[in-house]
This record gives sequence, structure tokens and C-alpha cells, in this order.
Amino acid sequence: MDFIAIFSIFILACFVGYFVVWSVTPALHTPLMSVTNAISSVIIVGALIASAAAGSASSKWLGLAAVVMASINIFGGFAVTARMLAMYKKKER
Amino acid sequence: MEFQSILAAATGGHGLAVNPWAAVAYLVAGVLFILSLRGLSSPASAQRGNRFGMIGMTIAVVTTLLTHMPMKVGDATNSYVGIDPVAMAEILAAIGIGAVIGIVMARKIAMTAMPQLVAAFHSLVGLAAVAVAAAAYLNPLAFGIADAAGQIHTVSRIEMGLGIAIGAITFSGSVIAFLKLNGNMSGSPIMLPGRHIINLGTLAAIIGLVAYFTADQSPWVFWTVTALSFVIGFLLIIPIGGADMPVVVSMLNSYSGWAAAAMGFTLGNTAMIITGALVGSSGAILSYIMCRAMNRSFISVIAGGFGADAAAGGAGGSKEQRPWKPGSADDAAFLMSQAENVIIVPGYGMAVAQAQHALREMGDLLKKEGVNVKYAIHPVAGRMPGHMNVLLAEANVPYDEVFELEDINGEFAQCDVAFVIGANDVTNPSAKTDKSSPIYGMPVLDVEKAKTVLFVKRSMGGVGYAGVDNDVFYMDQTMMLLGDAKKMTDDIVKALNGGGH
Repeated sequence: MDFIAIFSIFILACFVGYFVVWSVTPALHTPLMSVTNAISSVIIVGALIASAAAGSASSKWLGLAAVVMASINIFGGFAVTARMLAMYKKKER
Repeated sequence: MEFQSILAAATGGHGLAVNPWAAVAYLVAGVLFILSLRGLSSPASAQRGNRFGMIGMTIAVVTTLLTHMPMKVGDATNSYVGIDPVAMAEILAAIGIGAVIGIVMARKIAMTAMPQLVAAFHSLVGLAAVAVAAAAYLNPLAFGIADAAGQIHTVSRIEMGLGIAIGAITFSGSVIAFLKLNGNMSGSPIMLPGRHIINLGTLAAIIGLVAYFTADQSPWVFWTVTALSFVIGFLLIIPIGGADMPVVVSMLNSYSGWAAAAMGFTLGNTAMIITGALVGSSGAILSYIMCRAMNRSFISVIAGGFGADAAAGGAGGSKEQRPWKPGSADDAAFLMSQAENVIIVPGYGMAVAQAQHALREMGDLLKKEGVNVKYAIHPVAGRMPGHMNVLLAEANVPYDEVFELEDINGEFAQCDVAFVIGANDVTNPSAKTDKSSPIYGMPVLDVEKAKTVLFVKRSMGGVGYAGVDNDVFYMDQTMMLLGDAKKMTDDIVKALNGGGH
């Protein structure tokens, strides 16, 4: 994909992010942070490519280390978000 | 087939030659991440949003695993290569180890310690970005960012340089933020002499070296950028005081997003670019909201030193003795049970004293007596954006009784009792009137407009973070309830339970 094409996606995604994040209720700003934490670990994609590639042992081990770190974030981030969101309850009437 | 060839043409030029169906899968993952944030617009849809996020992540990971199987390195003349089972097992084990650690952390963490956990997670995103960028630098052919001679494409060099720099800053900055939040390191700012010049010089060196990297891909350039970025992340956060940590945590959240986006550019991966942009914007908006709530400019937060001023003001401020009215738990219980409307204003001191469950019990008892109970939350009531809402939710306070500052501020004038517990600066009316006050201009909760103010405070001596006296203490309608927040609330609960009135 040429640079301009991905750059366009990036700029449009920034605008989407801007509007979506302003629509998040302030009461959920902490879960917002933990879930953004989890999804930013999509960087695991790069880590998986590095750890599966042949040709450089150091590159592979860096990749595997990054897989561990990103997985901690993914599982931890989604789990702690789920734990918090389960606490938010409406008034019983 | 038509579709596939169009997609293949679209994805061929930059980064890896991605399987067209994989490109579609990454796009779907990116869209699911957008929906997961969208779900957080209300607590009712939030859990579904979180599940969208999980599905998106699963799609991204499975797609990568399927399209990048580790292959046994075959003979150059032999085109057949098979899946390498050992390497595959290593990858799955790495995911498994991360999953166990992550889930255990998520289960065990106390809600008061959420800011530390988030800072720790940010540091991991940063370090993972550094590791991926370094891996790409060491093996550029595997990432499809170099020509056959091993020369990395110019655009990729910039993306990689930025990725490793932002990742390293996120890592070292988050480690310092974690240590400060966790109390391993003093929250007071550490001010190096000439730090602005050192910081600007280091930043300029990083930018210069990234530019130079486009001409010379020697290892020394790459690793110097990495090392300088680790140092600058550290230098940027040490002068920032504990009170400004909500801004710092939000800012690092934003950086972790930009780091992911930079790596997304390197790989030409839409899921990473969309996510990076979302997280980057999210952190930036939260930093802005926090700055606005403290009436501080982003630049002054980054320049640091707020906590130091506060300490000086607290010690040197004119401490005139003014009369104030003490009260007991029984008085408070009586006043509140007779009230029609009570607004509870919790601050972080309440959470430190672990009074949230007692507070909710008090609220329940008052509701039973027919009192209308609401909670008023200042944006910086906790240690990170939205922190107090989580703490109250944990104590089973229904979220529709909890209101944000701008939604409830008008109601103090009609309320009979404002019950302030563990908060101070966020109720200080001098922020509205006294131009010389360090907190002048900060939005505050108008508790002084209530008919009666009950102010739970440990002692009359202490001052809030900003180190300023609060006029509310000395008003005629204020009753000071001195003592530990939890013990005082427990006593009020007892008085309400046994209350013969």
C-alpha cells in the first residue's frame, strides 16, 4: 500500500477517534483507558511476524519477548475492563 | 478473483505483501476496535463494546498467525518448506505466558491501584513497540521493508525511527509514572538544573538522528536514537508532581497509541494504524479534559514542578486562626435524615480511607428515610480520569445516582446538605473569586451554596494538594466533622441505624 493511502487511513482514523472518544461518558474514562491499553497491544501483530520469521535469531527473540508483553496487556487490559464494567449497575427500582 | 487482484495491487507496494483476505480481516479488526470505544458511550452498552474489542483482537492475532506461520528454513534450491512446530509452540507459549500474567494481574488489582496498573500496561506497550521496531531493524526482509541488498526503504526508516523513539519514551515515562503512583518514588517533582535545555537538546538530537537515519542505516544511529529516547522519557516525567499524574497517565496513553500507529505504518497494517489513531486521540482528549479540570495548561504540566509550589505554599501560607464549628456523627446523622436533598462530594481521601462501602451504606439508609441522595464527582476527584466513578461503582453505588460537575453544580443551591468527604481543593470557592489563589480558574463544586455543609476532614491543620486554605471551613452553615473518613462514616451509619429521633 503506498504511503499516501495508509496516511489517509491514519488521518481519517484520527477524526473517528476524536468524535468517538468525546462521546464516551466521563463516568467510563477509566475503563476507556484500560480498553485502549488492550487494543493498542495490536502491536502484537508485528511481534508475531518477527517471532515467526527466519533469518535472525535476535530478531526472533525480540519478537517473542514482545509477544509476551503484548499478551499481558491484551488479556490483562480486556479482563480488567470487563471486571470494572461489571460493577456499573443501575438503580434497582 | 477480480477483488483479490485489486486488493493485492493495493497492498503490494508498502510493507509486507499482505494476503488480500488478511488485509480485509485487519480492516474488520480495526472497525471492531472503533465499535468497542463507541460502546463506552453508556454503561449499558459498554460490556458489549469490550467484547467487540476482544473479537477484533482475536481476528488480528489469528490472521497474523495464519499468514505468518513459522517455516522451517529450506534449502535455497528446494521450494518446499514446512511449518516449524518448535517455533510455533514457542509463539503459542509466549501468548500463554502473557495471558496468565495478564489475567492474574487483572483479577488481583485493587480498584484504588488502577492508575498504577494502567501505567504498568502503558510501559509494556512502549517496550513491546521498541522490541518490534528493533526486530524489524535487525531483520528488515522479514517485514518486507528492505530491498534485496538489505537497504531499508527511506519511508520505513522514518517510521521505524519514530516508532522506536515514541515506544522508548512511553516505556521509561510510564515506569516513572508507575513508581510515583505506586509510592516507590516520591510524588514531589525532581527538578534538574537546566532541565529545559537538556530536554530540548535531547529531543533535537533524537529528531536530527532520525533524519540522519534516512541517509545512514548504521546500527549506531538506530541504537543511539533508542538510548536517547529512553533517557528523555525518564527526564520528561521526573519533574512532574504527583497531583499532575492524571494528566501524565493520559498523555502516556496517547503516546502508546502513536507508537502503535508508527509500527502500523512500517507494516502497512490497517488494524494497527486505526488503533494507533484511536488510542492516540483518546489519550490526547483525556489529557485535555484533565488539564481543563485543573485549569492548567498542558505546557505547564509538562514543564513540571507543580507539587513543589504546593509544598511551599502550604508551609508559608498565612495561617490566621478563624472560628469554625465542630460537629459529631450524631449531628450529621440527624441533619441528613431530616434533609430532603443530600449531595455527597467524595474525593480521593475517601478512597484512601476505604470509606466507599460505608458511604454507600449511609446513602442507602438515607434513601430509606426518603432522602434524595446524589453523588457529585469532580473530574480530578480520583487519581486518573473517571477513577472515582469506578470506586463508587465497586461499592455498589448505582451509576445513575452519580453526576459529573457540570450536570450537578446547579443543584447545590437547592440542596439541604452537601456532605464533603476526602475532597478539599475541588470545593474551594476561592478558585472562583481570588485571582491570587494558585487554583484560581479551576472549575469547582459549589458546595458553599448548600443550606448546610458537612465537611469530613482528618484535622484542621492539613491542606489540599494546592496548599490553600478553604473558606468553606469557616462558613456559618458549615459543620466540620474531624476524624478518619471511614470511622466517621461508620459512626454516622450507626447513628442512623440506632437513631431515635
